[in-house]
Amino acid sequence: MTSTTPSPAPVAALAAYPRPQKVTQARVLRSEWTKLRTQPSTFWTLLSAVVLITGFGILYSLVRETRPPHGAAAIASFDPAAVSLSGVQLAQIAVGVLGVLLITSEYATGLIRTTLAAVPRRLPVLWGKAALLATATLAMSLPAALAAFLGGQSILARQHLSVPLSQPGVVRAVVGSALYLVVAALLGLGLGAVLRSTAGGIAALFGLLFGVQLAAGFLPGSLGQEVGKYVPTTAGQAVTLVRPDPASSLPPWAGFGVFCLYAAVLLGLAALRMRRGDA
Amino acid sequence: MIEIHALTKRYGTTTAVSDLTFTVRPGVVTGFLGPNGAGKSTTMRMILGLDEPTSGSVTVNGRPPRAHTAPLRELGGMLDPRAVHPSRSAYHHLLALAQTSGIRRSRVDEVIDAVGLRGVAGRRAGKFSLGMAQRLGIAAALLGDPATVVLDEPVNGLDVEGIRWIRVLLRDLAARGKTVFVSSHLMSEISQTATQLIVIGRGRLIANTSVAEFVATAAPPAVRVRSSDQHMLAGLLRSPGVTLTPADDGALAVSGMAAAQIGAVAAAAGITVLELATEQASLEDAFVDLTQDAVEFRAAARPAAGPAFEEEK
Repeated sequence: MTSTTPSPAPVAALAAYPRPQKVTQARVLRSEWTKLRTQPSTFWTLLSAVVLITGFGILYSLVRETRPPHGAAAIASFDPAAVSLSGVQLAQIAVGVLGVLLITSEYATGLIRTTLAAVPRRLPVLWGKAALLATATLAMSLPAALAAFLGGQSILARQHLSVPLSQPGVVRAVVGSALYLVVAALLGLGLGAVLRSTAGGIAALFGLLFGVQLAAGFLPGSLGQEVGKYVPTTAGQAVTLVRPDPASSLPPWAGFGVFCLYAAVLLGLAALRMRRGDA
Repeated sequence: MIEIHALTKRYGTTTAVSDLTFTVRPGVVTGFLGPNGAGKSTTMRMILGLDEPTSGSVTVNGRPPRAHTAPLRELGGMLDPRAVHPSRSAYHHLLALAQTSGIRRSRVDEVIDAVGLRGVAGRRAGKFSLGMAQRLGIAAALLGDPATVVLDEPVNGLDVEGIRWIRVLLRDLAARGKTVFVSSHLMSEISQTATQLIVIGRGRLIANTSVAEFVATAAPPAVRVRSSDQHMLAGLLRSPGVTLTPADDGALAVSGMAAAQIGAVAAAAGITVLELATEQASLEDAFVDLTQDAVEFRAAARPAAGPAFEEEK
């Protein structure tokens, strides 16, 4: 009877699919990769980060070229690498927001329920997202930071202010800038997963990246300076400076380690929240 | 097979589901019926391992839902057809889901064909109509060819052809030995698809029965009779277990006695029957009666007996 009535709806029965279908971390990683590359915000946030890193780096280098440092002290403390890498300060917002969105977009739409029903152990989803976010951010920011550095130095060279990559600490500063952005993105992911809200996650990201730094500035004298070293942004950016000032920042890798610790704690909290209780 | 035992879920001080116990068996379509806000979706989230029960237990195919290593083979679910990333295509939505379990692309294509989304699989899922979104949700639920399928209001938003399609699909799944559990807030929708029925109201179990029994027990058919001597007929019919209700137009509604018997009584007494008809109460009426009872009971001083109507099999 149904076969004689023209029907737009299919009636072809779905075949059985008797394969074993174990969930593994590798499979979840593939799944998350499909999601990442088919979510337009990934492309746009990464592109804006590239533009911010290279564009702002070159722009600020041009500014400093026209207003070079004067006097021995100013010349001694002038960090040409930092000038060309200053776009990282802005790009951290773009990658941090990408991190937030990567998880909160699933909570906002309810897609997270479909995802977690398919991966009932849940945590492979978080680790998969973290691994891909870190990889994508590094793949974007390392070439961008190198381009910003080379572009910036070629501008500063006209005032004989440039540094070569071969100078001690310079390669570390360039690579460190890229690594800093990776961790900033992971901070966003952690905040997004803990708060499960895009607006809340982005607000918390600004608070963590800028608010804490500002608050530490209000502390009096040496206490403010000592605490200030451990503030996320200050600690993390030690690795992006060729010669970090020991008075106001930790040694490069120690500072970066502290920054990583913030991200690790947030991702740990996210994992605890995700694993237990309601999705 | 879904086994639910003493399941309770509280959110803060609100009790969404209270002491539910029932089993959903394989091989039949089981309807899950209750008014909006009765706790159907909460129960389904717990079945899918998404929400943690406050107390009690859920097992799917013999194990807690989160204990399965190949979850898509065991359990396919659709809770909210709009739960997709709006700018991701239907195909990539399904592909990402399939990849978590190593399900092949060919299976994704098969499922897309089976739900009739071939022509729009490359389009952004956020632009889908509700009916198309439902089909996508059902496709996701069927990806892993699961032994148990749980669908929350799958008929919502489907057109007539879609509704017919899903009925055939659900019966076909049940015929292949799968456990099929489908919620709805409309009795008429369920009665044409399901054979078994779980009814809840305000988070409590009201009925666990077959669709046929539910209808019979909840609203016994009444016989409408008009005769040359209503008064005399009423006297003859009056007996324990029989209820007589006079209608406005002079007819008599008789429940607890079949039309044939009434006819025989009238004939024996020489009364001329002018009208005799069995009136089946509508399913919707039966459902509303039942759930309203539950509501009233809860509003009253919480009797120990619980819901007004309990039909345990």
